[in-house]
Amino acid sequence: MSEHVSAHVSTLCEDICPTDIISTVEFNSTGELLATGDKGGRVVVFQREQESKNQPHRRGEYNVYSTFQSHEPEFDYLKSLEIEEKINKIRWLPQQNAAYFLLSTNDWKVFPDPNITPTDSSLPCWHSSPCPDKTVKLWKISERDKRPEGYNLKDEEGRIRDPSTITALRVPVMTPMDLMVDATPRRIFSNAHTYHINSISVNSDYETYMSTDDLRINLWNLEITNQSFNIVDIKPANMEELTEVITAAEFHPNQCNILVYSSSKGSIRLCDMRESALCDNHSKLFEEPEDPSNRSFFSEIISSISDVKFSHSGRYLMTRDYLTVKVWDVNMENKPLETYQVHDYLRSKLCSLYENDCIFDKFECVWNGTDSVLMTGSYNNFFRMFDRNTKRDVTLEASRENSKPRAILKPRKVCVGGKRRKDEISVDSLDFSKKILHTAWHPSENIIAVAATNNLYIFQDKVN
Amino acid sequence: MDVTAEAKQIMIQALGKMYSSRTQRGGLRLHRSLLLTLVMKSARDIYHSARLQSENKAQCDNPSVTDNTSQTEEPMDTSSKVSEVSSVETQCTDDVHEHDQHLLSPAETIVDKENCNPTRQDRHSRKRRSKTATEPDFLPCKKAKLNSGEVRGILQTSQNNPANCGRRLDSFSLVHMPRAIVSF
Repeated sequence: MSEHVSAHVSTLCEDICPTDIISTVEFNSTGELLATGDKGGRVVVFQREQESKNQPHRRGEYNVYSTFQSHEPEFDYLKSLEIEEKINKIRWLPQQNAAYFLLSTNDWKVFPDPNITPTDSSLPCWHSSPCPDKTVKLWKISERDKRPEGYNLKDEEGRIRDPSTITALRVPVMTPMDLMVDATPRRIFSNAHTYHINSISVNSDYETYMSTDDLRINLWNLEITNQSFNIVDIKPANMEELTEVITAAEFHPNQCNILVYSSSKGSIRLCDMRESALCDNHSKLFEEPEDPSNRSFFSEIISSISDVKFSHSGRYLMTRDYLTVKVWDVNMENKPLETYQVHDYLRSKLCSLYENDCIFDKFECVWNGTDSVLMTGSYNNFFRMFDRNTKRDVTLEASRENSKPRAILKPRKVCVGGKRRKDEISVDSLDFSKKILHTAWHPSENIIAVAATNNLYIFQDKVN
Repeated sequence: MDVTAEAKQIMIQALGKMYSSRTQRGGLRLHRSLLLTLVMKSARDIYHSARLQSENKAQCDNPSVTDNTSQTEEPMDTSSKVSEVSSVETQCTDDVHEHDQHLLSPAETIVDKENCNPTRQDRHSRKRRSKTATEPDFLPCKKAKLNSGEVRGILQTSQNNPANCGRRLDSFSLVHMPRAIVSF
């Protein structure tokens, strides 16, 4: 697989501002838009340029389309708790009209508010309450390229005219203006979560979505903001008995009654909402027995699943734990179909990774459009791709030095012992502060977005 | 003693991480706290069995010792805990040496270090309350910062409630973490 760099979005500042760290990346369903969320609560949406015959070398590059502040830092006075504004997840809704809709969530809130009417201002309008509710936000992103001109009651600058000076009536006309992209919050889904939200997933019925925290999954109707249904609750009656938490959840891509959720114990549960209102009892439990020869102090930590994704076909599940990516057949619960080692050379380094907290990093994983290639991140700004058919894998690096436009990415290799070859990098030289946790793959083309701390890299496959 | 030293180190670090996560932005992370608890438990179990192995080797000609200590385990534990609580964090390594002799499990015959649960007897004899049980979700931070005086007070309270002592050891309370270290 050769990857040809087509665009690279640069940072806001050379030193890494903590609020600029990208925390989520997501293509919309057509791949036309790419959204990123960062630790500062901002969302940046990129739009793919229309391919033009005049400039064939600019084949569909992504440019900034809209930027808005989705979540603000808040303080819960009741619990003396500061609520992080970092965007944990963004999920696009399927497009039904000219406007685009996305759901964004921080640890606590998923958003939009129906009582707020959009104004002519290009600033997003939302209301942050002094006693913040735990909410999810639905944002509407729409374009305006015309504005009304020729009001009767106000002049061109917006000042109210003295009615006695008005001698004639005119009809305001829509006149062209520079394109403006507005982001407005449309729904605020509130008060549903006690614990940190880790996932949101839009259902294939396009009417509902679910939000997931450590212990509960809630089902929402996109139109109804003041109530949600709890469909999974694993909170024990006695919190002493807590042994696992939910780490991620997703709806089946086309069966609107099926969902899966992963746990910190390394298991995945599939639930069918038709079976009962509360899906505490799973329909299927995917679990692989632990290999006793690999047992260590850190076995529990590294078996915790950080991400679960259905394949586009819905036939397979992919899970990511600290050292591996696994593909499961939905019809086979007792072991995964395939297991891929992401960075097994770290197995002997778990103690130091525990010391520097890297062992708690939560890597995501993604499928390509045809479910034949898997991608996930690693350290040193490396990311890995696994071809399920050829069984080949490649390690690539997202860094400025290696990513001049039009350059082809060179595969990287980590030397695990013995003699280090010229191009290889030894395990001890890896930079563990440069981690790629979030990646995204275009739904139909070989275009990938890789978030490396505060940089976003977009790579395209070379086509001749 | 490599395994025991490593286990100790891991437990100490887990404690430190748990305390510092209290002051982190965004509040207590349940998932992380749970993982740290599991690591603590894992390390403690491994430490136990490693110590037991070495003790057994040293005392292979004197098996009756273990029976006496198990019965007096509980009261000895609490008294020793109270006396050590003020210097827990700085002296936890010393405490480990001083007190592990009180914790020999007579029923312990499993030698497998990695996968055994040597403290199962202990679990039934000593209550460990989960950190998540001692406070509701996301208490204000000021409660989370324990000083030695508070810890002493809490331990004295639980001493006065003997009914609370002695059952599950599944997970740790942050409040009782110092005690966990002390008691080894």
